[in-house]
Amino acid sequence: MKLATIEKLSILSDAAKYDVSCASSGSDRKNTKTGLGNSTGMGICHTYTQDGRCVSLLKILLTNFCIFDCAYCVSRKSNDVKRAAFTVQEVVDLTMNFYKRNYIEGLFLSSGIFKSPDYTMERLVRIAKKLRTEHQFNGYIHLKAIPGASEELLYEAGLHADRLSVNIEMPSEKSLKLVAPEKSFKEALEPMSYLKSAISESKAERRKSRNAPKVAPGGQSTQLIVGASPESDHQILNLSDQLYKTKQLKRVYYSGYVPISDDARLPTVDKTPVVRENRLYQADWLMRFYGFNVDEIVSDLHPNLDLQLDPKSAFAMRNLHLFPVDINRADYWQIIRVPGIGVKSAKKIVAARKFRRLNVEQLKKIGVVWKRAQYFIECVGYLNKLLDKPEYLIRRNLLPASVQQSEREKQLTLW
Amino acid sequence: MVKEKVVCCYDGSFQGFLSSVFTIYERRLDAVDIQKCEGSGTDMFSVKLQIDSDRSKAERVLKGLKKHSDKRMIKQIYRCFLSEQDGIEMRLLVLIRQIFKGNTGYFYNYGDENVMALHKVLKMIRREVHRMHAFVRFQELKDGSYAAVVEPDFDVMPLIGQHFEDRYPSMEWIIFDVRRQYGLHYKDFKSTFIGFEEKLLTIKSSALSTEELEYQKMWRQYFQSVNISERNNAKLHLRHVPRRYWNNLIEKQ
Repeated sequence: MKLATIEKLSILSDAAKYDVSCASSGSDRKNTKTGLGNSTGMGICHTYTQDGRCVSLLKILLTNFCIFDCAYCVSRKSNDVKRAAFTVQEVVDLTMNFYKRNYIEGLFLSSGIFKSPDYTMERLVRIAKKLRTEHQFNGYIHLKAIPGASEELLYEAGLHADRLSVNIEMPSEKSLKLVAPEKSFKEALEPMSYLKSAISESKAERRKSRNAPKVAPGGQSTQLIVGASPESDHQILNLSDQLYKTKQLKRVYYSGYVPISDDARLPTVDKTPVVRENRLYQADWLMRFYGFNVDEIVSDLHPNLDLQLDPKSAFAMRNLHLFPVDINRADYWQIIRVPGIGVKSAKKIVAARKFRRLNVEQLKKIGVVWKRAQYFIECVGYLNKLLDKPEYLIRRNLLPASVQQSEREKQLTLW
Repeated sequence: MVKEKVVCCYDGSFQGFLSSVFTIYERRLDAVDIQKCEGSGTDMFSVKLQIDSDRSKAERVLKGLKKHSDKRMIKQIYRCFLSEQDGIEMRLLVLIRQIFKGNTGYFYNYGDENVMALHKVLKMIRREVHRMHAFVRFQELKDGSYAAVVEPDFDVMPLIGQHFEDRYPSMEWIIFDVRRQYGLHYKDFKSTFIGFEEKLLTIKSSALSTEELEYQKMWRQYFQSVNISERNNAKLHLRHVPRRYWNNLIEKQ
C-alpha cells in the first residue's frame, strides 16, 4: 500500500531525530532575483521542540530501510519498525513548501543504506541537485556523506550542499566494531579526508577566481554518541581535538545516548546522560573559542569532566596559582579564562578600559557573572582576598544554586 | 530658584524626535525632556514646547550625525528609538550630544551607565528582530500570495523587511503587526507599509489556498515527530519559545 506523505514524514523524521546537528550557520549563499532562500552565515532556529532543541532544518531520512545492523540505531535491519521511503519529488516539495512558509532554514537529508553506498548517495545528491538547479533553491542543505560512496559523488554532493557530515558515532574503533561490525573508523575518516582536501582546494580556487565552484562552504561536521560505550571524556575530547585539527571539522556534536534499543551489545542505561553531554559541549567551546588546549581541560589525572562544576571553573580550581587576573591590565586571552566571563564580556572589558579603569559595578553591568568571577579577578576598588579561603569553600560557592541546595540536604541527612 | 525645565512634545515619530533635537540645539536648551505628545501632562516646574515634525530639520540632524560619526551609528540610534522604551529619547540625546562634541568613541564606553542602558535596549531589539525572522509563519492565500500576522514586543516592522526581501524575492507577501495595526507588503521587488481600514487580527481560513491546511498539518506532525520525549525539558522550551508568541505559531496550535 502506498503511504501518504504525512505518514512518511512522521516515520522518517522520527528516525532522523537522533542526529543532533541542526546548525544552519556558517555558510554564505546569496539568493537570485527569481530564486528562493539564502543562507547568511547566521543560523535561525525557527522553533524549539518540547525537549528544548533547535528546529532549524527539515531533518529527515530519505528512507529508513537499511542493510546494516548497528546496535545504536533505530533503523537497524533487525529492529521491528515501520519502514518507509520518500520519493525524490516528495522531499523536494516538502522542502520548498516548508521553506516558503518560513518554517525552516533548509534541508538536512540523511538516509538508511539501501542496496549500496553509491546507490544511496546518488539519490541524496539527486535531491540536492534538483532543489538547486530546477527550483533555484538557495536555502541551507546539509547532506550525509555515506561512507564507501565514490569520490565523484562526494564531490558532486559538495557542489550542492552547504555542509556534509559523516558520523563516527562511537568514540573508539573498539566500541564501534562491537556495535557496528560492518563499520570501521577508517571508513568514516576516508570521506572526511577526501572532503577536507576538496573543500580547501575549492577555497584556494575561489581566491583566484570568483567563479570557481564552492564545495560545501559550511564545512563538515560529525557526531559522537556519549554514554553507550566505556570511553572517558579524555578520550572523547582528544578525538574531537584531532578531528578539528586534522580534518578541519566545523563542529563535533555529542549525543547523549538515548536507550532506544535492548540490544545486548549495548549497556543498559536508564537515563540519557544529559549533564555529561552538556559538559562536553562546554569543553568543546573552550577548545574552539577560548584558546584552551584539550589537556588543560581533561588529562590522565582527570580523565572525566566534573559533572557538578563547569569545565572552566574546574580548570580554575586546579590552577588557582594563575589567579587573580587584573581586569584592567591582563590581555584578552587571560581575561577570557576567568570563570563567569564570556567572549562578549571580555570584548567589552577590553573596549571599555580604554576610557577608564573598571570597578565591580561596571563589570556587573557589562555582564560578568559575579558569583563566579569574584574569586578570580581584581579590579579598581576590589582586592581579591577570597582566594585565601579554603578550596572546598570556593568550590562549594561556584556550584550552581540547585546543586548547592542538594549538597546541603545531603549533609543534613548525614548529621 | 529651580530652573524651568522645557518639555519638548513631539508626535512619536523618528522625524519628530530628530526635529526636537534640532530645536534643542537651535535654542540652546539645557534642562529638557523629550516626550510623546499624548504622554503625561507637565508639572509646575516645566514648560511645554510643541515640536512640529519637520523633515528638513530632521535631515540636518542626520547630516550632522553622519559627519561626526557614521551610518552605522545612525542605524543604532534608530534601532534604540524603535524600542518605544520610556525615557529612550533622553538617553539618545545624551549620546547625540557626545557625538556632536566629537566624542565618537563614547558609544563603546561600556563603563558608562547611559551607554550600557542603550546597549541593553539594542540587545532587546536585536533579539526581537531575530525572533521575528524565526517566528513569522506565512500562510498561502487563494491568489498564491503569502501572509503572516505577528505581535512583536517592539515596533520592529521597519527592521525586518530586508531579511524577507532577500529570502523571498519572487513571492508576494504581507507581514502584519496586529498590535500596531500596520504591516509590510512586498510585491514585484518593492515593499511598502500598509494599513487596513478594518482592524485585522487573524487570517481567515476561508482566505487560504487549498494546499495550505495540508502543509500546516504536516508541519505540526513534523514538530511532534522530531521531539525526543525521553529528553523533555519544558523550561528550556519555554525560554526559547515564550508563550506570548504561541498565538501565531502554527506548530503550537
